[in-house]
Amino acid sequence: MFVARSIAADHRDLIHDVSFDFHGRRMATCSSDQSVKVWDKSENGDWHCTASWKTHSGSVWRVTWAHPEFGQVLASCSFDRTAAVWEEIVGESNDKLRGQSHWVKRTTLVDSRTSVTDVKFAPKHMGLMLATCSADGVVRIYEAPDVMNLSQWSLQHEISCKLSCSCISWNPSSSRAHSPMIAVGSDDNSPNILAKVQIYEYNENTRKYAKAEALMTVTDPVHDIAFAPNLGRSFHILAVATKDVRIFTLKPLRKELSSSGGLTKFEIHIVAQFDNHNSQVWRVSWNITGTVLASSGDDGCVRLWKANYMDNWKCTGILKGNGSPVNGGSQQGVFNASLGSANASLQNSLNGSSASRYFFPPLDSPRAGSRWSSHAQLLPPPPLIEHSCDADTANLQYPHPRRRCVSRPLNLLPENEGV
Amino acid sequence: SARQLCFAWGPAEVLVCETRFGRRGGCPSGAGSGSGRARLPGALTGCVAGTGEGAPSSSRLFVVRRDQDIYIQTLRKLFNESHGIFVGLQRSEAEPAGTSRKAQLVQVSKNYRSVIRACMEDMHQAAISARDPALQSQYSTQVSILSAMELIWNLCEILFIEAAAAGPLLLRLLDWVRLHVCDVDSMVREVLSSENPSKHELFWNVVDIFVLQGRMDEARHLLSKEASANPTSLNMYKILDDLMKKMPVPSLGNTQTLTEMELKWQHWHEECQRYLQDGTFASNSHMESICKILLGDEDAILEKKELMTTWYHFLVTRLLYSHPTVKPMELRFYAQACMDVFLGGESSPEPLDTILMAAFEFEMHQVIKECSIALSNWWFVAHLTDLLDHCKLLQSHNLYFGSNMREFLLLEYASGLFSHHSLWQLGVDYFDHCPEYGRVYLELHIERIPLSTEQKALKVLRICEQRQMHAQVRSICKIMAMKALRNNRLGSALSWSIRAKDAAFATLISDRFLKDYCERGCFSDLDLIDNLGPSMLLSDRLTFLGKYREFHRLYGEKRFPEAARLLLMLMTAHIAPCSFWMTLLTDALPLLEQKEVIFSAEQTYELMRCLEDLTAAKSDKQKLQDDAETMKVEMLRLALARNLARVIVEEGTLEGS
Repeated sequence: MFVARSIAADHRDLIHDVSFDFHGRRMATCSSDQSVKVWDKSENGDWHCTASWKTHSGSVWRVTWAHPEFGQVLASCSFDRTAAVWEEIVGESNDKLRGQSHWVKRTTLVDSRTSVTDVKFAPKHMGLMLATCSADGVVRIYEAPDVMNLSQWSLQHEISCKLSCSCISWNPSSSRAHSPMIAVGSDDNSPNILAKVQIYEYNENTRKYAKAEALMTVTDPVHDIAFAPNLGRSFHILAVATKDVRIFTLKPLRKELSSSGGLTKFEIHIVAQFDNHNSQVWRVSWNITGTVLASSGDDGCVRLWKANYMDNWKCTGILKGNGSPVNGGSQQGVFNASLGSANASLQNSLNGSSASRYFFPPLDSPRAGSRWSSHAQLLPPPPLIEHSCDADTANLQYPHPRRRCVSRPLNLLPENEGV
Repeated sequence: SARQLCFAWGPAEVLVCETRFGRRGGCPSGAGSGSGRARLPGALTGCVAGTGEGAPSSSRLFVVRRDQDIYIQTLRKLFNESHGIFVGLQRSEAEPAGTSRKAQLVQVSKNYRSVIRACMEDMHQAAISARDPALQSQYSTQVSILSAMELIWNLCEILFIEAAAAGPLLLRLLDWVRLHVCDVDSMVREVLSSENPSKHELFWNVVDIFVLQGRMDEARHLLSKEASANPTSLNMYKILDDLMKKMPVPSLGNTQTLTEMELKWQHWHEECQRYLQDGTFASNSHMESICKILLGDEDAILEKKELMTTWYHFLVTRLLYSHPTVKPMELRFYAQACMDVFLGGESSPEPLDTILMAAFEFEMHQVIKECSIALSNWWFVAHLTDLLDHCKLLQSHNLYFGSNMREFLLLEYASGLFSHHSLWQLGVDYFDHCPEYGRVYLELHIERIPLSTEQKALKVLRICEQRQMHAQVRSICKIMAMKALRNNRLGSALSWSIRAKDAAFATLISDRFLKDYCERGCFSDLDLIDNLGPSMLLSDRLTFLGKYREFHRLYGEKRFPEAARLLLMLMTAHIAPCSFWMTLLTDALPLLEQKEVIFSAEQTYELMRCLEDLTAAKSDKQKLQDDAETMKVEMLRLALARNLARVIVEEGTLEGS
């Protein structure tokens, strides 16, 4: 892993969420400065802010993109107790010339009486639907029946979860065998042993969402939750960010029509649990194939987790943010976006050997002592073998692998990649 | 307080940004009262102030990529050309088994290696011509990585793919060493190109190098030069030359058996031993040491450590002069011993050593595992594993997950290709050859390819269509339709939604067309609408649009009776939406006013009924709104009545005649 680009976000306050669009060509950021910014990737790979506007009258917690089948649509949620839907307007040649795009508010969803903590669009096969959850413990599901008219959203379902909600995740499976399903996490931190993850399933008969399961083993506050893309599996995979990272599988059991009114029951297993973040884990999210989970926690790191072909979950990469104090206005130390791993190698997934040995050759460098010495990984790909010092002879002469010249000092960052 | 990170996955990149979690507050300065809604007690634990309190206005977003090698321009050749070899290998499955199959697989392996070498040469040239020292060092690093890859691959080829037997095995290993131990080549060149090689200070080093690598002819050639300069010791040179000439070597063909070879070798060995013991070479330490090397004397060989540079060169030299008929399964003992002796206590084995050792031990799985750890890309392990799998080696070694490992590595490699804006097309074929998850990976990856132009969309679409990936085809078309509509390109939007078989969207766009027509009195995108064909049936509204346009064409071509029939049919068969009837009736006006009668009496009655239905329906809800519409209705009634009168007369005349 390596930092390809670094961009000044230019928000006037803390950024709470970043979000890629479906194709990875646009991104959105939201902040306590009450605004959302949209960024577009140009042909040469640079990112430009093409819109920045005030969206709420409080901190904006989350921003998320609708599927491009529905156009260019964003949803945001805020401490101001609302969620909002935004649509980009194509037009005004003036804006285009200035490289700016124009976003208009299509609706404000005002049903919540407390801070709206999460907002997520439903999988596209369900149509244009949106779920929100709020600190008062209610999950709300809205639908825009006419995809060409985003100003009309109807509140379809209100699910009372009893506990303050912090996060929601739709099950992305589009299989007919799976009913629409949404998982809700709670960050309620009063001392109790209530399950902090609940799973609601849509019941075709009653046309309502009903609680299908609760993860009884998760009793600590939950900050984020994410279903993995399904890959055609019969079971579901759910990642939970609580005091550690947990990965559950939910295997649907045969529906018992008589007793549970058509609700699916699940056989739940925990397949992985990692406390490497030391304390609270705040975010979990899957890559597009659902094969790598990323988590972020109090230790200031993003960690990548991957199962090998024998279904063992191991850490395959670490992305570090530097928590060392920023002093004297020096910004270099702010973010040593350095990676524990340059390649998501089989290393850990295969043998779980020490996380420090990522490359060939072993980094015999000043690793000890400095917490932040791992920025070496920002260097060009780790030499399998050190290059020879006299590579510029006219003859085709390859340095011998075994022969090594002076190792480069590890903290020399190529300028274009330094952060 | 420690900074934390929020992040987002994109298809190819991860977006990372500093933040702080756990603040459930969030009223910025002054906004608390601004909302006008009372704050709920207990809902807040804190409040992140405006730009104060550590809130960094300097926050940066970081775009993080996972697969760095994919983006190295000079490696494109490697990816492109190995793709062709890979695809060819998958197709060659049906070829006959046996020796020809083995030859075929060895050839494939050689092809892969020549791609690596070609790439290495390019990279080397790039390193030479690079002015930027950072870039130069990056290129030389790549050269080193590629050369190590080729070294490993070549050894795997000899041991696993070709599975050379005792005898030829040694010859192959010698080739391997000669090809890869090239640090000394410059020394050789220097000496050979000097005016008088035998006077060169490195002369004996070069002779030793040749002997250590078993390059006897070259060694003898050099020695002959030295001999002619030293007539006094000519005899000594002759004897050594003779020994070197007579050294038996294993043959590649079946011309001699191993026993024959061993017998000959034994004789030769004894002969060397005699000359050494009777002090023939005592007067020349260089020649004496060569004789000791020929005898496989470990200490004598080890003295030339600097000239061998690596333990595996040492291994091959030792095998050449001590165990020329080494069997594959004996390699591991010699290899381990040689590595231990060569490295001594001074350095521990490095990953490359471990990989080569695993190969000598025939631990294929270990080789792949170690390479995955050591290399910064998936290219090597994915292709090598695939080839070994085709050699049916992974199963026979009792790796019950053998084929899964192949797929696992190919999926990783192809996923990496998909994160590149143009290399993704190569990835498609790799996914195609992953039986278990290839398809679903392709589905997930391909729908994320940015559809920046229609051309690119069509390319992606073709790939999906060829593989009957209906959901993805539909989604791509819907995205393109929506994009076109947003940019007011109605024709394109319509054709994309037809392709998506998206009836609702087609209806919506048809409505836009009709609305545009009502406003402007003409159609855009005539080509498309005129050639809808059967796709017209996708939605009622689209059918109407097509038929209505057909009416206009007939009218334009002055085929009035047909036009009239069609117009009437649009209403009576309820193809036209009610909202459009007034427009249709108005279109009937000029037909009613033609010189000759067009609508028959029956048709005129139908028209009248349509008009009355329309006005009746309208007056139910509301009075006709404006005078213009009232006047239009009156005009229509008049025209219809007049037409009826004319047609009665005409039809009466016809009947009468």
